[in-house]
This record gives sequence, structure tokens and C-alpha cells, in this order.
Amino acid sequence: MELIWQGAVKAAELVFGFDAEVWSITWRSLQVSGYATLISLLIGIPLGIALALQRFPGRGAAVAVINTGMGLPPVVVGLFVSIFLWRSGPLGFMELIYTPTAMVLAQVIIAFPIVAGLTMASFQALNPNLALQLLGIGASKTQLLWLLGKEAKLPLLAAVMAGFGGVISEVGASMMVGGNIRGQTRVLTTATVLETGKGNFDIAIALGLILLALTFAINLLLTRIQQREHLRWPKLS
Amino acid sequence: MKTRSMFLALFILTGGLLLGVPSRGAETQSRNVILSTTTSTQDSGLLDLLVPLFEKQSGYSVKTISVGTGQALALAAKGDADVALVHAPSLEKKYVAGGQLQNRRLVMYNDFVIIGPKDDPAKIRTVKSTLAALKAIEQARAAFVSRGDNSGTHTLEKSLWKEAGIQPNGAWYIESGQGMGATLNIANERNAYAITDRGTYLALGKRVTLPILVEGDRALLNIYSVMEVNPANGPRVNTAGGKAFADFMVSPQAQNLIKNFGVEKFGQPLFVPVAHKREEELGV
Repeated sequence: MELIWQGAVKAAELVFGFDAEVWSITWRSLQVSGYATLISLLIGIPLGIALALQRFPGRGAAVAVINTGMGLPPVVVGLFVSIFLWRSGPLGFMELIYTPTAMVLAQVIIAFPIVAGLTMASFQALNPNLALQLLGIGASKTQLLWLLGKEAKLPLLAAVMAGFGGVISEVGASMMVGGNIRGQTRVLTTATVLETGKGNFDIAIALGLILLALTFAINLLLTRIQQREHLRWPKLS
Repeated sequence: MKTRSMFLALFILTGGLLLGVPSRGAETQSRNVILSTTTSTQDSGLLDLLVPLFEKQSGYSVKTISVGTGQALALAAKGDADVALVHAPSLEKKYVAGGQLQNRRLVMYNDFVIIGPKDDPAKIRTVKSTLAALKAIEQARAAFVSRGDNSGTHTLEKSLWKEAGIQPNGAWYIESGQGMGATLNIANERNAYAITDRGTYLALGKRVTLPILVEGDRALLNIYSVMEVNPANGPRVNTAGGKAFADFMVSPQAQNLIKNFGVEKFGQPLFVPVAHKREEELGV
């Protein structure tokens, strides 16, 4: 217990003492995972909408693949991405292994099925008659998607939070494809593993607390946006 | 209105991060040297001292990948690294004989020690030879924590068991599958015996309460060597960069830094520099 207290004190020291290394590691975590989340949204939302609204051969299999993908083990993703990106691998010529770009790539593979799966679920939860009504009053296809998206936006925000939460807390893939290189690919989770291995438990706990604070702050922001919408509901008591 | 502000917030949150994700210019690629090395060199902090100095002097940018020695050598043999700094002489010699790695040069050594419970149930404190100590641990079925990860330390441990004529298995033989620091913590919690390099043991300090029971045996020498990767292993091996780093590690300047590393923090040096010597000349 004393150890956790020491860690909390250390965290305060590192953060408010503006420790350059800790700040750069934190910022890199945010960048890599933020970038990965953004790309996952660009892929996952259209994919989820298509799976929810379209009927095509192989759709059942595609849905099963996405649902499986929502629980992809990060170390497995890390291993396969590494095999592709190593110099000896098929994409070795791109020299991406042990770069932040490689970490973004691995995290996108982890996060986009989560975003796609939750997007699909949120669109399928809408009343099917809504689409018919909107088309009936003369909405174009673009307008239809926009209006349905507005209806589904609360669960869509949950998809953003789940995707971001999944990748910022992930360690296996980041360790393997990033290599935990100081000043280049060291992020909060890999630094926590390293400091634990070194026996610097206070710093490890401090890094863990910073990670928790960061994800909490971001989720708080997203939740406030989400719940502000929700408050339009009448009081039910 | 609310939709717009929501999207604006999302845009700022994610879009703002686009700025400054480090991109790599094409011209910098050949300046990258990938060093595959072991957790002990990284965990001890030695590389944090040497690598920035090498980068400054040579203009190369070093990507240090610290994994177990088995993996470090395998990566180098596939041409996925340019230079290897590891500590498993028997494994290293296989790779050199096979031609995947070349120009093996000694850099430094430190030593392994056997630590264990204060009450020493296997009574190894009185035995001075490592092999006799291992036999006693096996006979007493006393808990022993092994790295179990094909690292340099694990390789040495396996060869010692083999020399002692023991095939360790059973509930007393615990394989952690983790790095040295984590393994020592397990040994500490389980009150078990373990073989560790002295550097990591010192670095963990008070956290590990198990005392050193066997030390100073020649069988416990921990020798680090640097090897260059044969360019034939892969299409993009940075031969010049790998050689430059290897040359740096055996240079008088690096050797001098190694000699004094750790004195300030632990009151004793963690490594003994031995560039340009032969293995037979080393002693504890």
C-alpha cells in the first residue's frame, strides 16, 4: 500500500515538475492512439453502416469476422504486423518497423473492428420504419445517412470511447511493433512494463496513474457531450 | 447546433493530433542502426549512457530493441537488425559458425550469482562450486525460479544444469518466462533460489531480500560480445552502421565509460570492460 502512495507522489512530481521525458511519453501515447482512433473511425463507421443497412452475399460472414475482431488479442496483432513489417517481411522495404507509424497501424487493426461493430449495432438499434419515413418525405440518400447518423450518435460516441480506450491501454502490439525505443516509440504502457522490469515500481505506478488520468479526462469529455444530448429526455420520476 | 459542437470537439480531439506525428524522411533511413540487445544492458541503464554518445559522434540514429538474447540473436540472423550486443557465448558461436553473424568481439563481463532464502534449505552457502549448489537444490527439491525465456541468463542456467547432469522439472522448478527483474521479484515472493546477473540484482536493491549464496565461480562469468550482422542475411542490413556501433563499443572511450558505470549509484562497477581480450584470459 505504501508503494501506491509513493507512486502517487512520484506521479505528482513528474507531472508538475514538468519532467520532459514523462511529458513526451504521454504526448506520444496520445498522438499514436489518437491518430489510430481517427483512422479507425474513418474505416469503421462506413463499414459498420454498410453492414447494418446493406444486404449482400457474405454479409453474415463479414459480421462474424467483425465481431471476432472486436476481441482481437493485441499481442497476436503485434506478431502479425511485425512479421509483415520486419525487413525480412513482405513490407520490409517500407522500413516502418519500430516507428510510431507501425504502432498506429497495429492499433488501427485493433480498434477499427470495435468501431465497426458498435456502429453496426447502433444503426441496427434504430427503428427500421424511420428510414422508410425519411425516404417517404423525400430525403436523398446522403440526407438519409446524415439523419440516421444523428439519431445513432449517442452509441456512436460509445464506439469512439471504446476504440480509443482499447488502443491507449494496449501494450502487447505497441511493444512488439514499436520496440519501446526511448524518445521514439516509448509510450505510457510500454514504459510501465520497462520500469516494472527495472524494479522502479514508483515510476511504474506513476506512469500507470498518468495513463488512468488521461483516459479518464478524455472519456469525461466525450461522456459530457454524450450525456448532454441525453438530458433532453423528460424526467421520468 | 449540438451536433456541430460535438463534431467540432471530436475534430479538435483527433484532428489536432495529426500535427507532429513524427514522420521519417527518406534521407534518414540509411542513418538508422537497429541494435538488438538484451534486457540486462537496457535495464541496467548502460545503453542510456552509451547510445546517445555514439549517436552524437557518428550521426547515426540507433533503434535499441531489448529482448531476450535468444530473440535478439534470431532477429539479427534474419537481417532484422544491424548489430547484436548479447551475452550467450555458446549460442553466439553457433551463429558465427553458421555465418549469419560475424566479427564477434568481447565487450565486457560481469558475473552471475545464486541468490536464495536466508535459511538456505538446500545448504548451498557452504558449497563453493556452482554445480554442487545446483545438485543440492535439486536434491532438496527447494523452490528455484528460472527465467525460462531463452535469454542469455536462461541459456547459461540450462548449460549449468546439463553439466550437473540434472534435468530440472517438478513443482520446485518454476519457469517465469519473464525478464530478470520480474523473475527476481517472483523468487523474492516465493522465497526461492534463482540465478541472476549481479547488475540486475544490485539495481533492484532493497526490494529483493534474498542474499547472495554462491558467487565467484568461473562458471558464473557473464560475457557480453558485440557482433555485426552478415549483409547476406537480408536486403536492407545497414552494414556500415552496424560496424560503426560495434567499433564504438570496443573503443577506449566506451570501454572507459563501462569501467566506471554504476560506481556512483551502487558503490561498485556493474561491468568489467574487456575489449581485445580472449575469453580464456578472463577471471572473476
